[in-house]
Amino acid sequence: MSAALLIAIGALTSVGLFLITARSLSRIVLGFSLLGHAAVLSLFAAGGRSGEAPLANQATPDQMSNPVPQALALTAIVIGFGLTLFLLALARRQQELSGDDLVEDDLEDRRIAGTANEWVPPNRVAELAATAVDVASSVGL
Amino acid sequence: MSWLIAATLMAPLSAAAAGLGLKDHPRWRDMVTVFGLATAAVSAFAMLFEVTSNGSHALQVGGWGPELGIVLVADRFAVLVLPVALSIILVVELFAIGQRRTAWGANPELAGPLLGVLTSGVSLAILTGDLFTLFVAFELILVSSYVLLTHQGQREQIRAGMTYVVMNLFASTLFLFGLAFVYSATGTVNLALLAERIPELSTGARLGIGGWFFVVFGTKAAMFPLFSWLPDSYPTAPTTITAVFAGLLTKIGIYAMIRFHTLTGMDDLGPVILMIAGVTMIVGALGALAQSDVKRILSFHVISQIGYMLMGLGLFSAAGTTGAILFLIHHMPVKTVLFLVGGLIENHQGTSALDRSGGLAAKRPIIAVLFAIPALSLAGLPPFSGFVAKFGVISAGIDAQSTAIVIVALVGGALTLLSMTKIWIGVFWGTPPAISPNNPTEQAEEAPPVGVRPERANQRLMVGATSLAVAGTLVISVFAGPLFDLSEKAAEDLRDSSSYISLAKQ
Repeated sequence: MSAALLIAIGALTSVGLFLITARSLSRIVLGFSLLGHAAVLSLFAAGGRSGEAPLANQATPDQMSNPVPQALALTAIVIGFGLTLFLLALARRQQELSGDDLVEDDLEDRRIAGTANEWVPPNRVAELAATAVDVASSVGL
Repeated sequence: MSWLIAATLMAPLSAAAAGLGLKDHPRWRDMVTVFGLATAAVSAFAMLFEVTSNGSHALQVGGWGPELGIVLVADRFAVLVLPVALSIILVVELFAIGQRRTAWGANPELAGPLLGVLTSGVSLAILTGDLFTLFVAFELILVSSYVLLTHQGQREQIRAGMTYVVMNLFASTLFLFGLAFVYSATGTVNLALLAERIPELSTGARLGIGGWFFVVFGTKAAMFPLFSWLPDSYPTAPTTITAVFAGLLTKIGIYAMIRFHTLTGMDDLGPVILMIAGVTMIVGALGALAQSDVKRILSFHVISQIGYMLMGLGLFSAAGTTGAILFLIHHMPVKTVLFLVGGLIENHQGTSALDRSGGLAAKRPIIAVLFAIPALSLAGLPPFSGFVAKFGVISAGIDAQSTAIVIVALVGGALTLLSMTKIWIGVFWGTPPAISPNNPTEQAEEAPPVGVRPERANQRLMVGATSLAVAGTLVISVFAGPLFDLSEKAAEDLRDSSSYISLAKQ
């Protein structure tokens, strides 16, 4: 693998990873585009040494570069393109609804995590344990 | 046989295309969708019959060799899972037709066709014989699931949908990187060739690939600690869509994991997988106990149950893999049914929050029965299918003398029972709340849109579809013996990869 390709993959991956940790969906979209490019480049690099274009009657098979990873990369690019558009549509809808495009927290989860701070009286704990034992014995455990 | 394989892929996809064209003819669209899904399901059952009597079959698409072409392999494992998966989707579609005129239904113009695309993705993921086609199948499933989750465009769905999409997109990107690693290490993405070549790699490269794909498939399967997207997004979608997601999507991740890691002999990863399996079981079950909404409790149970399948896989013994396969087959219908019953509850009371419901056992005893059977099955009580599945996994754990994981699995089962009891007490016992906030029957009477079927007909179809699925779970426990034998053979095929290799390379 050439050093230039390696550096390009490394740079795209690190910038992409940094961007998708953001809250704003438009940054995440950019991050995924860069990460997708990095993945496609590594597929490309997985094909081995570079050579002539793999076209019939233009070169012998020995001189050609490996076309299989390129075909895989092409499929991945098309899928990535569609998903980028979908993410953009999602960001647009979120902006319509809330005025920004930030990925929000799970509200119900926050609420339940908040109840963990409430003090549970000891007799209530005993009561719950008794219910558990009742349930267990009623089903024959 | 090749025709049957093609039918499971093409029938739902063609039905989806036709369904999009029949936008203004709801009745025809429903019929086309049901016909496509039913064709796929019947073909899958025919495949099961064919494979058990005549042996496995591989289809070289386009006649290319295994190095270049796509291979679809109907081996025992695939034909065991495929009929269950496809019949679930069919049942959910029937339920959706019954539900779609109510406030909790999905947009039928989109949901039917998208379900078709999702179905063909599921068939492709189960039948495929190479990793790249598996990637494409995952994308097919995920793209339709993104749209199904967010197509109503309400605030809550967009919020949850963003987390879901970002998380799954990240896993897909990791998958792509993994494909590059695999290709540069072995020069192929064909599973049969990988089963030959990966064991020959150096330990570092082998475990690197195994660990990488464990993370990729684990994110799709919502194992600990990569599960946070699941309980966030699933409850926001319309019930029918959640039922399909809960029954199928995470299970396809587990399916891919069982196939890949067993075929390529990743036995060294066993202890790591077992550890994560244990934590997943307990975290999922405890998370479920903390919730106060039926759909959220059930969503956390999806995670907890993933732990049991991981445990079966992580034991890397013939008995363990058998248990994991059985658990997979049992879990898909049971989980779907529970969400469908959640939909019936929501449809009847206008909410699935525990503190705003109650007394349903007296009012609608049939819903109570439909809930009780899969709930007890989920907790693993005899004589239901969950008992057979859990017995398979746990006895494999005892055989392998992995005491710690067996104890964790039993504790997880008790916690499952506890939170099912919580739903039972909250929804079916007690007194119903004085005012139901938005009663669906009132809404229907207020403004009956043109062409609406009467409420009772809807209810009948919904309850009927749910009963059909409950009957399906009972059938699994009745035929537990033959199913166990079949799973055992499927597990042998996976562990001794030579039969798979010769099949896919012929």
